[in-house]
Amino acid sequence: MSELFVGTIWPLFELVLLTLLIVVPLLLAVAYLTYAERKIIAAMQLRQGPMFVGPYGLLQPLADGLKLLFKETVIPTRANKGVFVAAPIVTFVLALVGWAVIPFGPGLVLADINVGVLYLFAVSSLGVYGIVMAGWASNSRYAFLGALRSSAQMVSYEIAIGLVIISVLISAGSLNLSEIVEAQARHGWYVLWHFPMFMIFLVSILAETNRHPFDLPEDEASLVTGYNVEYSSMAFALFFLGEYANMILMSAICSILFLGGWLPPLDIAPFTWIPGPVWFALKISAILFVYIWARATLPRYRYDQLMRLGWKVFLPAALLWIVVTSGAMVALDLLPK
Amino acid sequence: MSLALDRLARTLLWKELVQGFALTFRYMFRPKVTLNYPYEKGPKSPRFRGEHALRRYPNGEERCIACKLCEAICPAQAITIEAEPRPDGSRRTTRYDIDMVKCIYCGLCEEACPVDAIVEGPNMEFAAETREELIYTKEKLLANGERWERELALRLELDAPYR
Repeated sequence: MSELFVGTIWPLFELVLLTLLIVVPLLLAVAYLTYAERKIIAAMQLRQGPMFVGPYGLLQPLADGLKLLFKETVIPTRANKGVFVAAPIVTFVLALVGWAVIPFGPGLVLADINVGVLYLFAVSSLGVYGIVMAGWASNSRYAFLGALRSSAQMVSYEIAIGLVIISVLISAGSLNLSEIVEAQARHGWYVLWHFPMFMIFLVSILAETNRHPFDLPEDEASLVTGYNVEYSSMAFALFFLGEYANMILMSAICSILFLGGWLPPLDIAPFTWIPGPVWFALKISAILFVYIWARATLPRYRYDQLMRLGWKVFLPAALLWIVVTSGAMVALDLLPK
Repeated sequence: MSLALDRLARTLLWKELVQGFALTFRYMFRPKVTLNYPYEKGPKSPRFRGEHALRRYPNGEERCIACKLCEAICPAQAITIEAEPRPDGSRRTTRYDIDMVKCIYCGLCEEACPVDAIVEGPNMEFAAETREELIYTKEKLLANGERWERELALRLELDAPYR
């Protein structure tokens, strides 16, 4: 009996506990990301943003969530019901699943697998499915157009992202996210070595998560919000949560690959007092701020411009950088053993 | 050649993007222009034309003498007046209705009034749920006059030099 407990039940329980320890703060972060977004954009437009629910509108995300929870779920008659219901779940779950391999600090990772980068890449590619399913199952023109745009866009930018990641991988010599961070402790943050790639990555994750200025799949003006038009209530909320969780996930990947994950900016006294996960959170927040900042600053891209940027600018630039990086590393004998 | 180089540099260094981002960042720290409306209100001119009121003299006698100039000038024909001599021989209205739904708040009635009886006050928060509530009777207008008299008198005084 005790063997069963120690051998099977306890590890399972521990796993569930650890998962909750990641998921619950993540959902809170998502809620307050929407709040931060509204506040920051408001400030940039000389407005106040939400002010009435709680002090400084701090309870606004909860109020929004509750509102959506109590609304009626409408399933269009011509929709494919099974797929229609599954789509938001797929989106949401895939947005959470990626967090399994994200290291929050030295050793603080749920699954320390050696192909962490590949896993993340696979999960973020699967994210397209939720959107395509939603667009197709809704049986609505706008939703379908949104889904088409989204899939084409995400596939294109994944290629750019993949090539950008390769130059980081060559320098780090590992696909394990923790090891990539530790390599940056030795080499210095990769944002210094691969600055152009960092910028390309930053822009590409905007496109990858369908955010401004590349939010054509949810273009209000031409698609009345795109793939999620037909969704209401909690299903809509799940899309929303998924989108924002994806933003946070992408920011986390970006800070791991380029900004040294949990590492402090300088390895000296006042910086090292702050624990790693806090640094990690700060870096994620900084990138999320850029996300929101871009939304307040830039107008939406045209679709052909978006495609041109992805295929004709980022892809060759990233390829070129791989050649330069690997060439330099071979020439200077810096290849990781 | 140098022009092309300029263009290339601008593109590669994201000049316009950086400028735009810097602009929005600076704006983030500017003071906000929002007015939290139900709690904060903007200033109103003494000439503001809001809800109507019928005023009284300080001794309590109503000002309106039923000359019907306001009814005549009203471009929306929102005012209806019926008048009869009172037992003491004074000519007064028996009915003074303003249909606030028809009213276009042009202020011609208060300009036409020879005795400053009908005026438009500073109040603009009199929304109602039915049309019937927005047909103001003489009682309602007189009650408005009593409620707003201090501000109405002040507004007339402030605007007097320009009349």
